[in-house]
Amino acid sequence: MGNLQIRSLSHSFPRDDGTTLQVLDHIDLDVRDKEFVCILGSSGCGKTTLLRLVAGLEEVRSGDIILNGEKIEGPNPNIGFVFQEYSLFPWRSVIDNTAFGLEMKGIPREERYKVAEHYLDLVHLTQFRESYPSELSGGMRQRVAVARALALDPVILLMDEPFGALDAQTRNMLQKELLDIWEKTKKTILFITHSVDEAVYLSDRIVVLTPRPGRICKIVDIDLPRPRNRTGAEFAEVRREVLDLINRNCSIQ
Amino acid sequence: MKNLKQINRYWWLGALALLLALLIWEIVAEVIVRYSFILPAPTDVFSAFLELLGNGTLALDFEASLIHFGIGLLAALAVGIPIGIAMGWSRKFDAFLDPIIEILRPIPPLAWIPFAIIWFGLTIYSAGFVIFVGAVFPIIINTYSGFRSIPRIYVEAAKMLGCTKSRDLIRHIAFPAALPSIAAGIRIATGVGWMCLVAAELFGVSNYGLGKNLWQYYNLHRMDCVVVYMILLGLIGLLIDMVFRYYIDRHFLKWRTGEVA
Repeated sequence: MGNLQIRSLSHSFPRDDGTTLQVLDHIDLDVRDKEFVCILGSSGCGKTTLLRLVAGLEEVRSGDIILNGEKIEGPNPNIGFVFQEYSLFPWRSVIDNTAFGLEMKGIPREERYKVAEHYLDLVHLTQFRESYPSELSGGMRQRVAVARALALDPVILLMDEPFGALDAQTRNMLQKELLDIWEKTKKTILFITHSVDEAVYLSDRIVVLTPRPGRICKIVDIDLPRPRNRTGAEFAEVRREVLDLINRNCSIQ
Repeated sequence: MKNLKQINRYWWLGALALLLALLIWEIVAEVIVRYSFILPAPTDVFSAFLELLGNGTLALDFEASLIHFGIGLLAALAVGIPIGIAMGWSRKFDAFLDPIIEILRPIPPLAWIPFAIIWFGLTIYSAGFVIFVGAVFPIIINTYSGFRSIPRIYVEAAKMLGCTKSRDLIRHIAFPAALPSIAAGIRIATGVGWMCLVAAELFGVSNYGLGKNLWQYYNLHRMDCVVVYMILLGLIGLLIDMVFRYYIDRHFLKWRTGEVA
């Protein structure tokens, strides 16, 4: 189960001249179990900060983040995180990267390899188990990163523009794979993107943030049936609506 | 990669240069200088080498030097890596130790010889100590800077996967991430340590040793033998470096192939 509640969350960073930079302003958001929610916003709107706060990588100073009734107060293996940058440990093979979290839990090698292999299979990388990250393409690295996050069986998966650095073709393929994985594992997913196309294709709901400081501008339900066809007329219509909505209400003043 | 291939293809140029150098050396020594004390010819050196082989002392010299070197290097590793890790991981430890390290570091290793003798006497440990002083600082500095330049994302990724204690983060993330830098430091340390060897053996800590007998033959005015020892010191130093690089790359840094090439 993965119920996430964010309650009047604000955040600011100190600046060198002594003032503070407000990045998030009273964010209230509920993410329901098994839901796929995208946070959409332009760069610098604080969406990465929001995700890092949920992950426990930044200290919550104002407001509350509650996962399944418990306050988030630091990194927590119940939360899986896929970073925007390549975050695989280059000195570990694919299988040892995937099994890292289980190794930290003290699970014996054979058992953790079995679990890791299952998740590598899920991202179609079984035959690369002995490879090192430097031998993989960008898309493959991010798939291993997804497998590594899933191996600990977290209740929620946080993804920070995981496909942002990939070419369009690879990105489309990985989006489709991610939806397959989501169908199979039924995780709650909170996904950050600046691409309207990506958000419409993936999400049940899109949360649109305003630029600096980040406030929730609109929450849009995407009722398109799955599997979605991104070349279809319906898809184009929804994408246009979302774009319109953003332009009318949430653009930079 | 390109460079490596080019070097391989033109290896005979290097061999040619060596042959030419030997030839010029021989001509200068035999035709111009004609005084083996000032400049022994390669042929003189080669026969001196055969003579020394016959004596059977070379193996003992090699063994004695390797013991001195081993003591110094092992001590430098045992002291340098933990200090480097502590300074690299903790800002407080860094602030605490940095002034001491920075004051001690510029003192030439050979300036420690008087205290080496007073503290350890004329033993293999005093020679080892001089080599230790030469080798320990590159290891500290490189371990430290390796730890300081670990990408933050590895630490955060590890934290998200349940690796949150300092001890685990150092062991599973920081140390392997810093290993290329640590290995480079050890390599520099072996070079510096080896260079301290001749001086470390100079003050008579043992009856054998490459550096010790180099001086011995100088006192006997056998400059051909001195050259034999010089060449041996160079070749063994090179060999140690090659073995070290091969071993480290093969066993600890194989994940970097393709990344650096």
